[in-house]
Amino acid sequence: MTDQTSSAKSKETAIARFFRETELDTRLLGMLAALAIIWVGFHVYGQINSGFGAFLTPRNLWNLSVQTASIGIMATGMVLVIITRHIDLSVGSVLGFCAIIMGVVQVNILPPVLGLGHPLIWIIAIAVGIICGGFIGAFHGALIAYGKIPAFIVTLGGLLVWRGAAFLVARGETISPVDPTFALLGGGPYGAIGATGSWIVGIVGCIAVLGLIVMGRRKRRIFHIAQRPVWAETFLGIVGCGAVLSAVLLVNAYPWPRGIVSRYAEAEGIAIPEGGLVISHGFAIPVLILVGVAIFMTILMSRTRFGRYVYAIGGNPEAAELAGINTRWMTVKIFGVMGALTGLSAVVASARLGSATNALGTLDELYVIAAAVIGGTSLGGGVGTIYGAILGALVMQSLQTGMVLIGFDAAIQQIVVGSVLVLAVYLDILYRRKAK
Amino acid sequence: MTDRTQTPLVQLKDISISFGGIKAVDHVSLDLYPGEVVGLLGHNGAGKSTLIKILSGAYQKDGGEIWIEGKKAEINSPRDARDYNIETIYQTLALADNLDAASNLFLGRELVTSVGFVDDAKMESETAKIMARLNPNFKKLKEPVSALSGGQRQSVAIARAVYFNAKILIMDEPTAALGVHETQMVAELIQELKKQGLGIFLISHDTREMLELCDRVSVMKNGQMIGTERVEDVTEDDILSMIIMGAKPEKAV
Repeated sequence: MTDQTSSAKSKETAIARFFRETELDTRLLGMLAALAIIWVGFHVYGQINSGFGAFLTPRNLWNLSVQTASIGIMATGMVLVIITRHIDLSVGSVLGFCAIIMGVVQVNILPPVLGLGHPLIWIIAIAVGIICGGFIGAFHGALIAYGKIPAFIVTLGGLLVWRGAAFLVARGETISPVDPTFALLGGGPYGAIGATGSWIVGIVGCIAVLGLIVMGRRKRRIFHIAQRPVWAETFLGIVGCGAVLSAVLLVNAYPWPRGIVSRYAEAEGIAIPEGGLVISHGFAIPVLILVGVAIFMTILMSRTRFGRYVYAIGGNPEAAELAGINTRWMTVKIFGVMGALTGLSAVVASARLGSATNALGTLDELYVIAAAVIGGTSLGGGVGTIYGAILGALVMQSLQTGMVLIGFDAAIQQIVVGSVLVLAVYLDILYRRKAK
Repeated sequence: MTDRTQTPLVQLKDISISFGGIKAVDHVSLDLYPGEVVGLLGHNGAGKSTLIKILSGAYQKDGGEIWIEGKKAEINSPRDARDYNIETIYQTLALADNLDAASNLFLGRELVTSVGFVDDAKMESETAKIMARLNPNFKKLKEPVSALSGGQRQSVAIARAVYFNAKILIMDEPTAALGVHETQMVAELIQELKKQGLGIFLISHDTREMLELCDRVSVMKNGQMIGTERVEDVTEDDILSMIIMGAKPEKAV
């Protein structure tokens, strides 16, 4: 017995040992590698084809981060839905509906009452949007859990109903302009936190990474669980902090466009120095919202009973029920969370557009589901991670952006995105089969 | 020998349940004393599993009463049953395959930290402790239970019952998926739990095994109780005839 194990250990390659001791998720690394290939691929293709690689520039990556936010926020909720063996086809329409409702609230209802530009307007509008989404989601969930109607049908119905409702609410009109403070949540030069703010975020991020590592070690010591080797912890710390700080350097390397700088300088009464005034964008607010959502959802899924029950229901609904979990109420809550996140996503999407239209979010459901699935959420239930879904959203958005940059037309973009989705799921199946 | 003069742990009185007009359990009464193992025998569909699922809260009875330790009990959900210290080990094992042993053991009753987060490290260490007692070969604490063998999965299910100090244990075909060695392990465990004063309902198809493990055996057929006998009063053939013919053997004098 001991001979066998020792010989097995000596056979283990350096790479396998590296993965075992750092306890890194090989899937995660696979996705990062895929992302790197996409990014470098588009960049190099641009360089060869037009002599200019536009992809790996601070400007493009900054825009990419903003464009990922809306889909990414919803994808974190879709993970829960798919883990519990359901699906939500209505998120795009619910997004449109929430956006219209928020538009009506902040443009038509509140200004006459509170006065134009009142600071409460954007806060009330956001609250209304999130609550509205949450209730619609919970209503879907109740139909699924207590009415026993399959989620596919309930949300397919929702896809039509809420798009139609969005049209009716505003009689098909586009509602604009949104409240100026509200608009900041969509990004843009003013909707970003600037260089100093980004450094603060970056430093807080690094402290969090190191704090997690130290706390993890302490906990393992208390309960006598084997520690990671020190070199592995150091490696993870360096990589984690490195990633955070490079993100800061990247977003700070993208300056405001000259026109906006001069307008800003004029408004603030600043003289533009010789050689031009450089103001960095820093992290965009929607990206920070996405990061916040990601942290919240990750804690929810890995550290709370709610998250544990989501996985248990996905793994074996009968066992969850027998273990005393109220699976029906859980379904209502899960769809409620999905709906609230859709409402939040509607904030980001309509703020970015600066207006609310009833067509907002059209086809988003497919991108959201694709993001979750590419990110490793299994349609068979029980498996999926929040960070995976966000990476999945980033992959989808990178493909989309990359193809626009190198001038593929819409038809080809659709073909590529569709094929990538199928391929990603196939690779996932192969990976799981091998893992077994 | 079990003392049957004290208050029974469980009294099932005149329990009935039907599914779509078919009487799955038809006016069945049965009791269980501390430190006793009562076996339920019968063909597939005789109503054994249905009867104990009523006790474990998975099904709601149409008629009859359940008394626990001399008091009338209302059991409408698995959670209610747990409140009466009734633990069930299901035929299907009822484990979430994608979760690890600790998460399964504590499913529905997670240990939480002071701020309300699940305390994985603590649950893992508690699981390691109880597993060391039940099944010293159990090492795969971190892996999803789908990666475990039948016996290891069974130990997780049993650990769940033992850890939470069950008074009444229901075991539905606990050895069906197990090898010889693992079956032996379960048999020893049943003896140990019995000594601790637990009452155990055991369901199995293996008549010989039942005669070894149980103090009394009850035979069901077509939802009805054919009879309950002390194992020392009956032979394997008597039991078989009860299962097959639905007839009670003549009482040995």
